[in-house]
Amino acid sequence: MGAGSAWGERPPPRTEAEAERESLDLGPLVQELRGAVGAEHVVTHEHQLRTYESDGLLQYAVTPGCVVLPRSAAEVQAVVRACHRAGVPFVARGAGSGLSGGALPVEDGVLISLSRMRSIVEVDLDNQRVVVEPGVTNIAVSQAVAPDHFYPPDPSSQIVCTIGGNVAENSGGAHCFKYGFTTNYVTGLELVLPDGELVQLGGKQLDAPGLDLLGAFVGSEGTLGVATKIWLRIVPKPETVRTLVAFFGSPVQAGEVVSEIVSAGIVPGAIEMMDNLSIRAAEGYTGAGFPTGAGAALVVELDGSEAECETRFEEVVAICERAGADSIRVAEDEAERELIWQARKAAFAAMGRIAPNYYVQDSVIPRTRLAEVLGRIDELGREYDLKVANVFHAGDGNLHPLVCYDGSNPGEAERAEECAGMIVKACVDAGGSITGEHGVGVDKKRYMPDMFSDADLGAFQRLRCAFDPEQRSNPGKVMPTPRLCGEVPGPYRRHPLEQAGLAERF
Amino acid sequence: MASATLHSPASAAELAAALAEAGTSVRVRGAGTKLAWAGDAAPGLELSTERLDRVIEHNAGDLTAVLEAGVPLARAQELFAEAGQMLALDPPDRGGATIGGLVATADSGPLRTRYGGVRDLVVGMRVALADGTVAKSGGKVIKNVAGYDLAKLFAGSFGRLGAILEISVRLHPLPPATATAAGRSNDPQRLGRGALALSHARLEQLGLDVHWEDGAGAILSRFGGAAARPQAEEAERLLRDAGLETELVDDDEEVWRAQREAQRSASGLVVKVSALQTELPELLDAAERHGATLVGRASLGLHWLRLDDGDPEPLLAQLRERWTAAVLDRPAGFEAEPRGQADSGARELERRVKERFDPEGRLV
Repeated sequence: MGAGSAWGERPPPRTEAEAERESLDLGPLVQELRGAVGAEHVVTHEHQLRTYESDGLLQYAVTPGCVVLPRSAAEVQAVVRACHRAGVPFVARGAGSGLSGGALPVEDGVLISLSRMRSIVEVDLDNQRVVVEPGVTNIAVSQAVAPDHFYPPDPSSQIVCTIGGNVAENSGGAHCFKYGFTTNYVTGLELVLPDGELVQLGGKQLDAPGLDLLGAFVGSEGTLGVATKIWLRIVPKPETVRTLVAFFGSPVQAGEVVSEIVSAGIVPGAIEMMDNLSIRAAEGYTGAGFPTGAGAALVVELDGSEAECETRFEEVVAICERAGADSIRVAEDEAERELIWQARKAAFAAMGRIAPNYYVQDSVIPRTRLAEVLGRIDELGREYDLKVANVFHAGDGNLHPLVCYDGSNPGEAERAEECAGMIVKACVDAGGSITGEHGVGVDKKRYMPDMFSDADLGAFQRLRCAFDPEQRSNPGKVMPTPRLCGEVPGPYRRHPLEQAGLAERF
Repeated sequence: MASATLHSPASAAELAAALAEAGTSVRVRGAGTKLAWAGDAAPGLELSTERLDRVIEHNAGDLTAVLEAGVPLARAQELFAEAGQMLALDPPDRGGATIGGLVATADSGPLRTRYGGVRDLVVGMRVALADGTVAKSGGKVIKNVAGYDLAKLFAGSFGRLGAILEISVRLHPLPPATATAAGRSNDPQRLGRGALALSHARLEQLGLDVHWEDGAGAILSRFGGAAARPQAEEAERLLRDAGLETELVDDDEEVWRAQREAQRSASGLVVKVSALQTELPELLDAAERHGATLVGRASLGLHWLRLDDGDPEPLLAQLRERWTAAVLDRPAGFEAEPRGQADSGARELERRVKERFDPEGRLV
């Protein structure tokens, strides 16, 4: 989670006069919104608006023109239609726990909070589907289908984060190496498009006819419209879970173990690594009993049938021993498993014991480049004279380097940001990605050109323009520089076959 | 079909240029094993990917690969198998089917139950748009949320948004051993119960298929891994409890090859139906009534109904009363709307996407 020092794009506090002027500008629209959702669900007071000025990445803060809290798809539709008519941009927001500034409001725009839309519409266990409104939390889905089923994507924020937000960000989690991401579990969406039209893509069944617009929408970070209903696939709970944590001299040594496990054909439910700095921070916070002198901790969790897990777990233990693990701790019961996971999940929060602030990245590398990239991160830490802790999803090469700094030292925050940017570049140079699960948002859009050419970005823009030609849905996110949509060049011409009714287009 | 000029560019750049310069309607094709699926479009020019056949990368340690569109799937699989790996896509292959054609049609086989479909295994793509622009999305790492996921949009697009040039995929380890539990019955209700029991079982199945032909059916549950057999025994017990006649098949390749092959018909009709798990008995009844065979993925609700002879119309009409049904193979001269109905708003949105990617509507 981004730390709370005030730097970056936070604007100076506005005067009462300024606030007054803006509310006047939005005046007629605010009246309409009040009519649409009820006056008590439209927030316009400056001090209340401040609650919504940031998401989980506190470096960025913008006060929205107003906040509306619709209760239904019809109300969302009325709000978006009103924005469309007035030419006012809008931003949809779930729990606001995102880490890329993806739900950062637009000044003078409308923030649509979906927190009141939290009904579980249907639980169809027979067909292994759940239908929810966007404000339902991630954990609530697994709870609704327990004890025989679960919903696999499990971001660390799963207790608070919402399915609507997960859809926007294509959220992953510790178990996605084996189970996949949000996009692999969404079978249908009801959407309010940026012009206020309501459409349904897919449903309970797989493979709706035509283009996979569902696949294009999931992970589009709120720039293509607002999801108002979501169909999810759920799966049977594994028969058993086995968890261990092994300690090694260095992350590179632990990284070799990861490669050996994977090349042995084992697909762990989760495989997570922490370096020494993270271990020390987490141990101080949770007291899980991790040796604070260890260079790396590797958490390996296998799940599945008992017969399969038993055989494979012995293989994993043998691989760790052969690789010279300093010690191996096998969770003997659920409480011990919880403790190991607490230590891993607390790593971010515990970083406060190391430094007052930190800047987190979310880069991905091909796993085989781990040693080389960790070496480069070490170098960068020394070069910038900053501590960098590393926590990562080792199976899929998703690194979370935490660049530690003290925001009260002049210039240090900027230095940390620059160092973090260099780490991102090193990962892209190694054939990786700027973000594995947090999304681009506002925070990483400046790195997009490191990964994508102008032509690539142009292709992205075509999709954006098909959904949102006026670019009013979450503007200023994802794309590094604003681009216009323009008219579709040339008139749309019907193919003669299509005119004759013999063929169709999409 | 009207004869189109066929051109086989030697490189991705040449293909992109040919696309931009074509003054006529264009269809991009691979080996041509599924050409009829897209409908009856008669393009002025066909651009073949057959010479784009390089395996650009196989990163065995990362379980990823980058392939040119014209690489035959079977050849890629042989290469991956040398490293104990596979691309977990096993559609029926009449010979020479290319990865590009597979991605463009989003075809799939029994492994989809465990590993997902084309959309779930493609991690990046390079495409040429109608104006010759070459653009990529995604990358070659298995976890990546940077930018729009255009690879998903192009998967199953039948080449109508642009030409697929290169595909990055995620690979999986080949299971060391497999075993299959089969449960047979001629009662659709019992088969439905058996299929549901296994869809809900706490077992990790490599495949969970149903088969129906001439009044007799089977549920097939396949396992792969270090302990495939004990899991298959557990599945057998569940099938027996559902009232099916069971057996264990250790040497199971042939059983699953037959499942894949039954998804194609040389001269008849094949309809792919999107249904729910609980609707299996009704689908089996429909197949029986019309003399069709059925193979399907029980837990996914996806089924292929095949009618080799006879009038396809009554079967198609009955299926479409209830389900979304896409027409794949079809008898010569049989005209049918290929895809079935979507939400009208979704159709309009599709039209807008097509218009942005191919404003002149040249890709058919």
